[in-house]
Amino acid sequence: MYRYDEFDAAFVRERTEQFRFQVERRLKGELNEDQFKPFRLMNGLYLQLHAYMLRVAVPYGTLSAPQLRMLAHIARKYDKGYGHFTTRQNIQYNWPKLKDVPDILAELATVEMHAIQTSGNCIRNVTSDHFAGAAAEEVEDPRPVAELIRQWSSLHPEFSFLGRKFKIAVTASPHDRTALRYHDAGVEIVQNGDGRIGYRISVGGGMGRTPYLSYVVAEFIEKPDLLAYLEAILRVFNESGRRDNIYKARIKILAHTLGATAMRERIEREFGEIKAAGSLDVPETERARIEAYFAPPAFEDLPDMALPQGGALGDWVTSNTHPHRVRGYRIVTISLKPIGGVPGDISHEQLDGVAELLDDFALDELRASHEQNLVLPHVRIEDLPAIFERLTVLGLATPNAGLITDLICCPGLDYCDLANARSITIAQEISKRFADLARQHDIGDLKIKISGCINACGHHHAGHIGILGVDKKGVEYYQLLLGGSAAEDASIGEILGPGFGEHEIVDAVERVVEAYLTLRQPGERFLATTRRLGLEPFRSAAYEEQRHGAD
Amino acid sequence: MAQSLTANRLIDGVVLYWRGGDWVETLAEADVFAEPQTADAAFAAAKDFVARNVVVNPYLFEVKDGRPVSEREIIRAAGPSVRQDVGKQADV
Amino acid sequence: MALIKNGAVADDPYTDVADDAVLPDGPVIVSLQRFRVDRDGLLARNTPVGVRLAPDQSPEALAGDQGRLALVVLEFAKFRDGRPFSWARLLRTRLTFAGEIRASGDFLYDQIAFLVRVGFDAFALPPAITPKLFQRALGEMTNVYQPSADGKTTIRQLRG
Repeated sequence: MYRYDEFDAAFVRERTEQFRFQVERRLKGELNEDQFKPFRLMNGLYLQLHAYMLRVAVPYGTLSAPQLRMLAHIARKYDKGYGHFTTRQNIQYNWPKLKDVPDILAELATVEMHAIQTSGNCIRNVTSDHFAGAAAEEVEDPRPVAELIRQWSSLHPEFSFLGRKFKIAVTASPHDRTALRYHDAGVEIVQNGDGRIGYRISVGGGMGRTPYLSYVVAEFIEKPDLLAYLEAILRVFNESGRRDNIYKARIKILAHTLGATAMRERIEREFGEIKAAGSLDVPETERARIEAYFAPPAFEDLPDMALPQGGALGDWVTSNTHPHRVRGYRIVTISLKPIGGVPGDISHEQLDGVAELLDDFALDELRASHEQNLVLPHVRIEDLPAIFERLTVLGLATPNAGLITDLICCPGLDYCDLANARSITIAQEISKRFADLARQHDIGDLKIKISGCINACGHHHAGHIGILGVDKKGVEYYQLLLGGSAAEDASIGEILGPGFGEHEIVDAVERVVEAYLTLRQPGERFLATTRRLGLEPFRSAAYEEQRHGAD
Repeated sequence: MAQSLTANRLIDGVVLYWRGGDWVETLAEADVFAEPQTADAAFAAAKDFVARNVVVNPYLFEVKDGRPVSEREIIRAAGPSVRQDVGKQADV
Repeated sequence: MALIKNGAVADDPYTDVADDAVLPDGPVIVSLQRFRVDRDGLLARNTPVGVRLAPDQSPEALAGDQGRLALVVLEFAKFRDGRPFSWARLLRTRLTFAGEIRASGDFLYDQIAFLVRVGFDAFALPPAITPKLFQRALGEMTNVYQPSADGKTTIRQLRG
């Protein structure tokens, strides 16, 4: 994985001291809250429902054992013993004290971590494919490009006070695991007809109050030109994005108001000038320097080996491991979705336990996924039984990756100051309702995504089944959406109808799932059935009880 | 409807409630204002604590029969409903 | 209000003139609206002219006249509105404006280093920012990742 050189290390140290001075001035009253807020957000610090919340960046989801141990240490020393993996490959602490945050950041800096730009109206921490470097079908490892973008975006002098946040995802696989088309800008690493590798760039995706999928603005950008092109997009956004209404300030509104042709022209004009100046060219030497850090581990020449079958181990291998590009290896997903648990939460013991697992099996890194799980990218098939056993002891061996109980959800009203309704409790009830593993396998690929408010941190627009919590006069209600997808077949879910009460929503979800089981053709997954039949049969299933009640 | 007044302490973020011209940490101890005038007066007085950088984000919320009306304020007063071992509920 | 120019406290020779006020002798700053109306007269005065731009006014409105103007004032109506960062950059690069670019209005200590980087070389300091603090702001981050209008050597260049 990437290692800081002296410049990166000094940068993060100085950034920490810069924030320490901001906190000092805030506590002395030299900055008022309105002034301080954008600066604390740019360092990942929120004030939430109960306390401050610190969001620590896990750049493109990659973590080492020493970093995991530091995350565990911070949970113990400064928080309440646990953290929460988010839908953007970050980890959040729910209870830090403002006065401690500079010290937390200083400790993080010792393991090459930070909280830079995990919030605020700036270029957010870049995300990537959690199977990067291991997936069979990828063009190349996307993380060197993500790292290049991380550096370019860190304290960008021109783009730190944008109209709204700006999120960039990078993928190199035809199977999109980054929700690329829901990003303000997406970078797809592709190979063109001449066999050259470059970037397809899209802009204008986003969730929130007005969801949009991005569209392609450049089919093929050459490798040296990537940062110049991204800088051009950001300049158009900074100059022309709306500033009068925060719900209309994202680039998605500008992009879809201007339209693709005008947007392309605006970007191309800036791109031409930036490229001509030449100062943002990324030379081959710098690309090679970064790529060297991401060189694959020394894979052994292993024989093809049958996967363990049967029993609890077999169940886990079936759902929680994926094909690896190297023979004899698998990609392992560590589910953070125990039945009835809080999606994404992890205790300090578990963080330490996973660090020990990495050491004991000579695994050099871990990944955080936007689906709020962890991933061991390179596991020898022969180690699967032992790893399963260790994860079982840690309470991290739930065999549900990709199944209906592997749902994602935002913290909702239990923690979040913006939320209108709880989302974790709904996730827990759905998880318990569908706990039966045979039933989960029968249902198959079905992604449920739950948000506690319109800001959509739980990606409800992109769920095969999406749930959106709303507030009706202080009472929690839940809207049901169907047909969304964050993958390469991206689509925006549609709201079925009036919301359900807290005690009705899980039944409604179950009726929709039962309708699917009745209506599906052999081998047809949930999303395909909804696309084939439209929403009507599912709408009538969802509201069946209510209609009977009204008769 | 009756109201109480809440804010967060600047230095550590702890949720506070207004009682008799100062702040306490639990809702049970909080003043309940039957009249809008007394609630508004407390809110105005709280602004001084904002100006002195002691608290942030003070606001009034509705209470009825000793309990907040909204789910949000019930959770804020107790802690996350999904983890009884953290938040104010853990200190009781 | 202290004026910092090229890193040091400086006297301000300009008079900021309201749209309906009579032009005084000496260097003046006028709004874009007034510049458009009085352009020829202002440029014929043979004394430095500055134009003040609101956050929603692109300096491209001054294209063609950038060689005739001595000063462009970029106003911060509120510090969170970051458009002037791009306007300064655009003045320095696309318009190759070589005169003074002055920040005025609601900007904060924490933005000074960014402002210098994108091409501002003068600052009408708000009361909260003393000249001493101004200097401190420039020293917070030693090195930078991005090339910008200030031409500062980037970390990539330092890596060789």
